Amino acid sequence: MGEQRILQKASLGELFAKLIAGGQRILAPVKSDDRVEFAAVKTPDQIAGDYIQTTTSAKTAVFPRYETMLRFRLKGKDVDVDELTPEAKPTVLFGVHPCDAASFATLKAVFTWDSADAYVEPKLEKTTIIGLSCTKGDAYCFCTSVGGGPGDTRGSDILLTPIDATKYLAEILTDKGRAIVAAAPQLFTPANGEAKEPVLAKIAPRFAADKLAQKLSALFGKTDVWLNQSLRCIGCGACAYACPTCTCFDIQDERQRYGGVRMRCWDACGFGMFTLHASGHNPRAKQSERWRQRIMHKFSYQPERLKVLGCVGCGRCSRACPTDMNLGEHMQSLAETTV
Amino acid sequence: MTTANLYTPYRMKIAKVVEEAPGVRTFRLEFADPAQAERFDFKAGQFGEYSVYGEGESTFCIASSPTRKGYIECTFRQMGRVTTALADRDEGDIVGFRGPYGNIFPIEQWHGKNLLFIAGGIALPPMRCVIWNCLDLRDKYKDISIIYGARTVADLVYKQELAEWGGRKDVKLWTTVDPGGQTPEWKGQVGFVPTILEQVAPTAANTIAIVCGPPIMIKLTMPVLAKLGFKPDAIYTTLENRMKCGVGKCGRCNVGKVYVCKDGPVFTLAQLNELPAEY
Amino acid sequence: MEALQKKARALLEAGTVKVVIGYTAGTDVERARAFFARNAEQTQQLIFDARCCQNLATYLMKPEVKALGKAALVCVPGALRTLMQYAVENQLADETVLALAVTDAGEVVELPKFAAVEEYLAKMPRGLTPEQQQELDRIDKLPLEERWAFWAAELARCVKCYACRAACPLCYCSRCITDVNQPQWVPVASDPLGNLEWNVVRAMHLAGRCVDCGSCADACPEGIRIDLLNHVLAREASAHFGAEPGYSTRKDYALSAYKPDDKEEFIR
Repeated sequence: MGEQRILQKASLGELFAKLIAGGQRILAPVKSDDRVEFAAVKTPDQIAGDYIQTTTSAKTAVFPRYETMLRFRLKGKDVDVDELTPEAKPTVLFGVHPCDAASFATLKAVFTWDSADAYVEPKLEKTTIIGLSCTKGDAYCFCTSVGGGPGDTRGSDILLTPIDATKYLAEILTDKGRAIVAAAPQLFTPANGEAKEPVLAKIAPRFAADKLAQKLSALFGKTDVWLNQSLRCIGCGACAYACPTCTCFDIQDERQRYGGVRMRCWDACGFGMFTLHASGHNPRAKQSERWRQRIMHKFSYQPERLKVLGCVGCGRCSRACPTDMNLGEHMQSLAETTV
Repeated sequence: MTTANLYTPYRMKIAKVVEEAPGVRTFRLEFADPAQAERFDFKAGQFGEYSVYGEGESTFCIASSPTRKGYIECTFRQMGRVTTALADRDEGDIVGFRGPYGNIFPIEQWHGKNLLFIAGGIALPPMRCVIWNCLDLRDKYKDISIIYGARTVADLVYKQELAEWGGRKDVKLWTTVDPGGQTPEWKGQVGFVPTILEQVAPTAANTIAIVCGPPIMIKLTMPVLAKLGFKPDAIYTTLENRMKCGVGKCGRCNVGKVYVCKDGPVFTLAQLNELPAEY
Repeated sequence: MEALQKKARALLEAGTVKVVIGYTAGTDVERARAFFARNAEQTQQLIFDARCCQNLATYLMKPEVKALGKAALVCVPGALRTLMQYAVENQLADETVLALAVTDAGEVVELPKFAAVEEYLAKMPRGLTPEQQQELDRIDKLPLEERWAFWAAELARCVKCYACRAACPLCYCSRCITDVNQPQWVPVASDPLGNLEWNVVRAMHLAGRCVDCGSCADACPEGIRIDLLNHVLAREASAHFGAEPGYSTRKDYALSAYKPDDKEEFIR
C-alpha cells in the first residue's frame, strides 16, 4: 500500500524539471505514428494520453534488443579485447502500467539469480519506476489472472492513480520512491483517504496462475493439447519480443576484417534454431513443443525455480501475434483441461 | 565467475594442438595471465564457453583433469562456424575461454567403488577428464574399466592415451569400432558399444557406470546396464544441449525445469528419468 | 458464411478432405484467426467476412498441418495467387489441395485444380488496395533523400522477430539465408545494418515471386510497410522481365528463368 499522497497533474512539469536537474533521464510513453513507445521526455506534454499498452515493453530500458559486450581488434596471433559495460544512467521510467512494473521482478530474478549480469543488473539498480494504474483494459489483458491488477503496486516505486481529471493518488512504495518525493516534497501533499478502486479498469480473472502452475507438469505429456493450441502458430518471435518478461538471448560475434564486436540480442523459444544442436538434433523440433516450452517456462519452471511468474498478463504477445494466439484464452483453456 | 563481468572470457594461449581424428582436434590452452591460472580451479565434468574472437562462442567440456594444473584442454569436432574457426587456429594464437560452468562428477562419493566408463565417438572427452582424475587418485578406486567405441578406427580419439591405458595393469580397456569400421591391422573389438558391453558383462555390484555418447548409443546402452543389474542412481551421463550463456540466463538449454548449464551437465539416470524426454 | 460451413461439413463428411483450413472469430471484433476444422461439428465455427485477410496458404508448408492430411483451403485472392506460385515453384502438386473461394455474394466456389484457380483469378481485379496505392504514390514522389529517410526510419523499428518471414507463404526455405552463419551473410542483431540487410535480402528473394498478399505487413508487430517494400521490388521485376507472379502456372518466374534477351540496363 505504501504512504499515500496527492500529486496534482499540473505539478508533473515541475517534478520532471526537478528530476532532470537531479541528473535523471525520464522515459515515458510517447506517441509515434499509430504506436506508443517508451522514449526520453523532458516535459509531461510529450507523454501519450490515450492508449492501452506501449507496443514495446518497458524491459528495453534495462534489456535492449541488442547490446554490445566486447570489442576486439585482431593483431596477428593476438587480440585486443575491450569490455564494453554500458553506463547505467539514472533513469525514471514514468507511466509504467502495473503489469510492466511487475515484470521487473522477473527480469531481476533471471538476471541476478546465481550470478549477476553485468549489463542488466546495474541498470535495474539505477532505475526508478513511477507506475500508472490502468483505467481501461481490453480483451487481451489478463493481469488479474496472474496475481496482478490494474492498480497493483508490485514493482512500482511510486504508483500514481488518476483519481480525477486533475490529480493523482500517489502511493510511495519504496526507498527509491521516497527519493523521488524528496526531490520535490512540496508537490506531494497529504492524502485524505481517497480511494483508487473506483477509477481502475475492470479486468475479470480468467484463470488462477498459482493453481495452474501445479497442474501444468501433469499436462506436459498431453501432446494433443499443445498441438491443437499451436496449429495456427507460425513460429515467429513477435510474442517473445513484445513480452515484458521474456529474457532469452543469443550471443553473437559480428566480424569486420581486423576486428569486431561480441553482442547479445533477443532470441525466442518459438524459433526452430533456438535449440538446434550442431549435429542437427533438435530437442524441441516441433512448433507444438516450442509452444509448450513457452507456456511451461513462464507458468511452471520460473515459478518453481525463481519464485516468480514469467507472465504479467499485459497481453502484448497476443496483440502482437500475427495469428491471434491469445495467451489469456489459451491459459484459461489449459486451466479447464482435465488432467 | 571469470572476471567482474561474467561474459568476458579469459585470454588463453594455444600451447599445443593434437590431431585426434578426421576433423577432431585437441587444444591445450594456457592462461595468458599467470595470476588467472593460479586462481583458476575446476572439477571433473565441468564445461566452458570457448571463443574465437570475431566468430563467436561454442560450448564444450574441459577434457583435461583438474589434477593437471596450469592448463585446460578441449577436444572438438569441426562442425559449425566457431569450431571451424577454432580449427583454423594454431599454437601461439589467443582464444577465449569462460568457465568453469555446471556441476561435477561426484568422484569423491565413488571412493572404494569399481568404475565402468562407457563412451562412444567424440563423447570420450568429457570422460577423459574424469578418467585421468580417477587414475591420478588410483588408490581411491577399485577396478577401473573402459569400453570405448567409434565408427571407424580413424574416428577413435586420444589414440596415444588409449594405448597407455591399454598398457596399464590397473585399467581394463576394450576399444571397439562399428562393423565395417575396422582396418586389417585392427586388434580391438568389432561391434557396437552396447553389444561389447553385453559381452564384457561387468559386475554391477559396487560399480558406478559413466556413459557418454551419441543419443542412439545411450539409448541402447541403458537397457544393457539395467539387465546387468545397474540401478538408475549408479549410472551417470552428461547432457549436451545447445547453450549460449552457460550461466542459467539465456534460456535454451533447459530440460523441463532443469537447466543443463546449472544443474548439469552431469546427471544420473535416476535424475533423467524424472525429466521430460526433451533432450 | 452458412454456405461455407455447409460446404466444409460436406467435404469432411464425405472424406474428400481431412481438414478445412479457414477462419474463425478472433479475440476482438476486428480480428479473425486461422481455424482448422477437422470434423463436422467444428465447421460451425468457420466464418468468412472482411476480417479474414491472413493468407492461409502459408500453413500448407507447415509440417504439423501437412500431417493432418488432405486439406481444403479457404482462400482470399492472395492465397489463390500463392497456390499459383507454389505450382510454379514445384512446391505443390496439382489437386493436392482443394481451394475454396468465397464470392462477394457469399457463394463458395470449389477450385480443385490449378487450372480452375487460374481461370478464377483471371476474372478478379488486380493491383494494390487503394490504401496501399495511395501510400506508395506518396513514397514514390518523395525526393531520393526523403525516400531513404522514410525507409531507414521504417526499418529501424524492425526487431528481427521474423514474423514477416513466418507469415509469408513464399518464405518457405527450409534454411533461410539469415539462419546461415558460414559465412554470416546477414548480421544477427536488429541494429540498423542488420535490419537493412535482412529486409533488403528478403525483398530481393521475393522479387518476381511475391504475390502481393500483404501478409508480411499485417504480421509485423512494428507496423513496418514491408508490403510496399516488396511490391516495389516486384514492380521492378515485372517492368524488366514481364513477370506477374500469382496469375499463371507457367514456370518462367524472374528469379529462376534466364532468357538471352533479358534486359540488363539496370546493372550499373
